[in-house]
Amino acid sequence: MAIDFIVNGKPVSVSAPADTRLLWVLREELKLTGTRFGCGAGQCGACMVHIDGTRMFSCLMPVAGVQGKSVTTIEGLSPGRLNGLQQAWIAESVPQCGYCQSGQIMSAAALLAANPHPSRDQIKDHMNANLCRCGTYPRIVRAIERAAREG
Amino acid sequence: MTANDTAVRTGITRREFMIGAAGLTFGVLIEGCAAHRSEDRGGAALAPAPADRSLRVNAWASLSTDGTIYIASPAVEMGQGSLTAIPLIIAEEMDADWSRVRIVPAAPDDKIYGNPGFRGLMYTAGSATVTGYWDVARTFGAQVRRVMLENAARSWGVPIAELDTEPSAVVHAGTGRRLSYGEIAAFAQISAVAPAIKPEELKRPDQYRLIGKDVMRVELPSKVNGAAQYSIDVQLPGMLYGAVLRGPVEGTSPVTIDDAAARAIPGVERVVPLSFGVGVIAATPWAAFDGKNALKVTWSRRARAFGHDSDRAIQTYSAAARDLGRAGKPWDTQGDAPAAMRSAATVYDGEFVCDYTYHAQMEPLNSVAAVSPAGDACEIWCGTQSQTMAVGAVAKALGIAPEKVKLNLMLLGGGFGRRGHRDEEFVIDSVLLSKEAKRPVKVLWTREDDVRNGRFRPLSVHYLRAGLDQSGRIIAWQHRVACDEISAFQDPVRYKLGGERDFLAMAGSELRTYDIANRLAEQLPQETGIRTSSLRGIGFGPNKFATEAFLDEIAARHGLDPVELRLQLLRNTPRGQAVVRAVVEMSDYRRARPGRGLGFAFIDYSGTMVAAVAEVSVDKARGDLTVHDFWLAIDPGIAVQPDNVIAQTESSIVYGLGLALTERISFKDGAVQQSNFFDYRVPRLHDVPELHVKLMSTPNRPTGVGQMATPVVAPAIASAVFVASGARVRHTPFLRERVLAALA
Repeated sequence: MAIDFIVNGKPVSVSAPADTRLLWVLREELKLTGTRFGCGAGQCGACMVHIDGTRMFSCLMPVAGVQGKSVTTIEGLSPGRLNGLQQAWIAESVPQCGYCQSGQIMSAAALLAANPHPSRDQIKDHMNANLCRCGTYPRIVRAIERAAREG
Repeated sequence: MTANDTAVRTGITRREFMIGAAGLTFGVLIEGCAAHRSEDRGGAALAPAPADRSLRVNAWASLSTDGTIYIASPAVEMGQGSLTAIPLIIAEEMDADWSRVRIVPAAPDDKIYGNPGFRGLMYTAGSATVTGYWDVARTFGAQVRRVMLENAARSWGVPIAELDTEPSAVVHAGTGRRLSYGEIAAFAQISAVAPAIKPEELKRPDQYRLIGKDVMRVELPSKVNGAAQYSIDVQLPGMLYGAVLRGPVEGTSPVTIDDAAARAIPGVERVVPLSFGVGVIAATPWAAFDGKNALKVTWSRRARAFGHDSDRAIQTYSAAARDLGRAGKPWDTQGDAPAAMRSAATVYDGEFVCDYTYHAQMEPLNSVAAVSPAGDACEIWCGTQSQTMAVGAVAKALGIAPEKVKLNLMLLGGGFGRRGHRDEEFVIDSVLLSKEAKRPVKVLWTREDDVRNGRFRPLSVHYLRAGLDQSGRIIAWQHRVACDEISAFQDPVRYKLGGERDFLAMAGSELRTYDIANRLAEQLPQETGIRTSSLRGIGFGPNKFATEAFLDEIAARHGLDPVELRLQLLRNTPRGQAVVRAVVEMSDYRRARPGRGLGFAFIDYSGTMVAAVAEVSVDKARGDLTVHDFWLAIDPGIAVQPDNVIAQTESSIVYGLGLALTERISFKDGAVQQSNFFDYRVPRLHDVPELHVKLMSTPNRPTGVGQMATPVVAPAIASAVFVASGARVRHTPFLRERVLAALA
């Protein structure tokens, strides 16, 4: 069936079984590979995207569920230039293998959009949804604090 | 027509990505650009393509007339920073302007690019990249600089001794003349024999412009905007998707395959019986996964691992380790441990257990292959820890020459030892399916596949004995390790070359730094047929847990201070003493914390000195442990990239935390019982203590940093648990029920 939605500001129409996970449609149909597959079970957050501004595990979201909605991926977070959060991520040298980092940044962006000056505990609670096997957690916290501070 | 030709005709560029330090941008070299041949990209050739390689200055660097400097990276990048560090070391001795450096992946060729510290293999593992390439990288860089100096001297007609270099330029102080490396590249002549560089002609640490300063890891910007390319991200025209159902244990094969339901799934194109499983080829990933899940397969029972039960195995391994009448396979022998043990005034013993553990790299294993329709050539895209092993395994699988295999090395979404097995089975998956499909195929493992088909750090039972003389000095040490074998399974080739010593399991059981005259470490190999693997920290993980936790117990039982005991044992190792003293001071170790315990451990990991203190509280009713703070001092010699050393140390502490507290793989009838992050729990942000890392760089040859902290975590926590609660936890991970049992 054809499903119409917005990705990074552009309308798209895809045909896939209704229960196909959004993650795979983004990656393999729309070639937006910055959103990554880690667990397929909503456990790791490597696949995190924004749907109408709310962070969601795209590996759990049936593509039919985004009919008419607006999806933002890491590629659409700040097209063409790095935003303050991404710059903070570089300033703190957060990524190691980097595989989970799109999801981390999408989670962090959703946090700052809702709460521009989160406390450290709020950051930890929010970011607990995202796994990083390289253990970049201390730097993730610092980068979010830096982005909040520097605006 | 080869697969390579197919790719070119359809407009796919070869993915030899270049990363520019200046603009911090990705560039893609188009077809035809060998990794390091400047003539291919139209620059003046510093190293013109010679028939005889010895005519080249070296294969590591080339210069263009526009000043761009291409440096080959022999190592793979999995987050540890080697993609930056080795070219940086070369650039240092070249006196290259780092902003003009472009890093290109080295071609898969062990003879040129093999790690001298790893039997000449292109193999990124063991935190051995910087230390292994340290001498050759500096020498190659210095050769290029010498060629620049020689050519400038000849051009100006001045003695070479009057010249010096500044970043990417030769200068003559006497006349103020200056030639950039790019200008020199336009007229450079290279002697037939590469200039010899004596060790004393290399820079002294106080002359470094790049080493010891923090430059940005070159691929970092691509990791904050989704642009970084892992093999899972590869897209090729006409590409199909594959999934493979493997048998529950190594060595089994399908007996009956009912694929009716699988083939009825829209998008499933083909079901492919394989010797080790069943492959499904489909038009989409979801069809491939659904097809795999719909297969009904029975498996032959002719495989050793059937029947393996990890709970029962602990008893078997323990009996083997404790049976002193049963000789082990010696790993480390110093003096006469049995005789010294007999003469000891006091003998202590202890038993420690470490469960199977899983890598859990964030990128589930996958690969892409395009086998030519005739099956006589192949192009692969993968994230491997060994470029040459990958090429070799593919060549072997197809029965073709390695030269017919084109490797596109991608970034790795984590490695941790999982991607360096000689058979590179996750790469072969896509090769076999592409051969069948005669089209490019991307094979994806799900997380469940990655866990169930995992290759694990073995189960190990450690039985230790220590003999003390009247004065309380340890004079005899015996460490018997009963565990599944690793090296023979992971890499039979290297195992044979290495004298059939199970380095991956036994490393770290030797106590070369501690002053104990009589020592014996031996292995009781358990042939279980379980798939095993190097895993971050290799044998150091289990062996140092056992060693350090046992020393902590000896100290308590003999009325010694745990830190003083280590300082005595380190009487001949000032660098070891220094990190111990530093961490004691950092953590204010002597100040007791009410309701909490401070635990201490030290390790010498291949020359890198590490000491740590953990602050832990114990919920005695529930058996839960909380690690509040973790202090660590590390001396890795020269720190090439100081902030990256700290980042790697933070990373290896967090990794060690998971291994110590929650991570456990178990087996029933040879099959893995876990499946995803639900039941294989790795650390999340809430689990991570405040980390305090002190880098104590010393002007010594750099040693490893990528995993050196991992093994120190479990013993430091065990020591802290004892201080906080009086309980001895001797079995990793320290699960709630194990803590409660220890408290009882």
